[in-house]
Amino acid sequence: MPLDKATVARIATLARIRVPEGELEGLAAEMEKIIGWVEQLDEVNTDEVPPMASVVDVDLPWRADKVSDGDCRDKVLANAPDKAEGFFAVPKVIE
Amino acid sequence: MSLLLKGNTGDWEMVIGLEVHAQVISQAKLFSGAATAFGAEPNTQVSLVDAAMPGMLPVINEIAVEQAVRTGLGLKAQINLVSVFDRKNYFYADLPQGYQISQFSQPIVGEGTIILDLAGGESREVGITRIHLEQDAGKSLHDQHPSNTYIDLNRSGVTLMEIVSEPDMRSSEEAGAYLRKLRSIMRYLGTCDGNMEQGSLRCDANISVRHPGDELGTRCEIKNVNSIRFVQQAIEYEARRQIELIEEGGVVDQETRLFDSGNGTTRTMRSKEEAHDYRYFPDPDLLPLEITQDFVEGIRASLPELPDAKKDRFMADYGLAVEDAGLLAAERVTADFYEEVAKGRDPKLACNWVTGELFGVLNKSGKSIEESPVSAATLGGLIDLINDGTLSGRLAKDVFEAMVESGKEAAVVVEEKGLKQVSDASAIEAEVDKVLQDNGDKVAEYKAGKDKLFGFFVGQVMKATCGKANPGVVNEVLKKKLGG
Repeated sequence: MPLDKATVARIATLARIRVPEGELEGLAAEMEKIIGWVEQLDEVNTDEVPPMASVVDVDLPWRADKVSDGDCRDKVLANAPDKAEGFFAVPKVIE
Repeated sequence: MSLLLKGNTGDWEMVIGLEVHAQVISQAKLFSGAATAFGAEPNTQVSLVDAAMPGMLPVINEIAVEQAVRTGLGLKAQINLVSVFDRKNYFYADLPQGYQISQFSQPIVGEGTIILDLAGGESREVGITRIHLEQDAGKSLHDQHPSNTYIDLNRSGVTLMEIVSEPDMRSSEEAGAYLRKLRSIMRYLGTCDGNMEQGSLRCDANISVRHPGDELGTRCEIKNVNSIRFVQQAIEYEARRQIELIEEGGVVDQETRLFDSGNGTTRTMRSKEEAHDYRYFPDPDLLPLEITQDFVEGIRASLPELPDAKKDRFMADYGLAVEDAGLLAAERVTADFYEEVAKGRDPKLACNWVTGELFGVLNKSGKSIEESPVSAATLGGLIDLINDGTLSGRLAKDVFEAMVESGKEAAVVVEEKGLKQVSDASAIEAEVDKVLQDNGDKVAEYKAGKDKLFGFFVGQVMKATCGKANPGVVNEVLKKKLGG
């Protein structure tokens, strides 16, 4: 699948990664190669094959509705660049 | 019911679909063991899973699955035995994962229906498109600091059901009726407390307009309106805005808008085109959610009688009018209260007292039926005194007022205030004689054919006895005396 600079720039924006204009071209070529490699899978006919959710045959584990966690604000906030009065403090989000 | 809006280019029809986010009643969160109680200190109900610390893995809470299935059954919906959790990717400060775990292409509940109770006892069916499970985000506080937004993750990861309707509604009243009915059903089921002020029920409204019979117009989505009244206001305003825009030659942009409850208008929320590029994909941390038909049937067997069935039963068994039955059946506590009052008594009289006097008092004092100053048993006691002739309807109202103030039993109030109805014919005869004597001129007029004066005499006797005379006996005695 050919990938142009604009698409790479858009993907970077969606992922919140700042990519200098000069690097877009090189990234486009690299990503094209990666996608091309994955696209080999298209050669396999998967009609009527259900998607495989896991390589091991296990069911989704369930949990009882009991409070067993939380109440660890110091841990939760430990890595926050900024905090105040028990909140995370982030640059103003304007709507 | 035709609900068209008049425009300069003819009649317009609103097309409304609602997306409701209902917080599931549970102890712990959807994928973590942190608590869900409302109003805790910020960030005290947050596990490392909810804070999206690297390496933390989600484990689904069984109650979330049960509650979604229960809600689906309450809406007579298709239950999907296999459903899949997907990641919905977007960046916002109150979403630490950078994605919301939701269900996209394979939700747990498929198509269902809901019956709206409209004015005048009319009803109308609206389609439910789907219900899926998803995580709630945290809460942002924008007004606590001049340059910062404060984030509280207590709500992050709490279970939501997103309930999506078909675009079947045609007026703001129908939208209001939809929300009331959905809330009523979920309260009956015990799956969501329906508290819009606390945010446990939130509504996004999709609205477009068209000339009747035309293709659907472009819709706008109004986000997160937090009361039924505001939803209706927002819809009214938005429909008018779109009609005016189109009639002036403009085009409606598909966009997300915010409702401003201060002035009743809507405004553009964001125009970032990429905001809607969610790039859903199956969450690799979660296997598909599989449930058995037995699991579903177990829940079905435990469903309570729901408001529609209760309303029908109240009409069939108690002979209530459709509107009264709907009013009483809307909330389980109200229905239970009514049935206790009606038990072994005249059901229509019980209905009149509950929907009339009692609701009047509750509305005036802003109390819920759980806080009623008069219990169902005491109200029943009052009705018994009416039935056995101790109290006339008018006296009963006075007694009721005293009961509301004092919380005492009807019989006690009657005893204390000496309000017992006088049914003794000889005592009433004496009063009647006195009234007739004092009003000789009126008696003459009555005998000359002015029949309407009969009511005047009844009134005078009642006044003379301070309302305590049995009106039936008064009528009889008067008829006898005047007719003779």
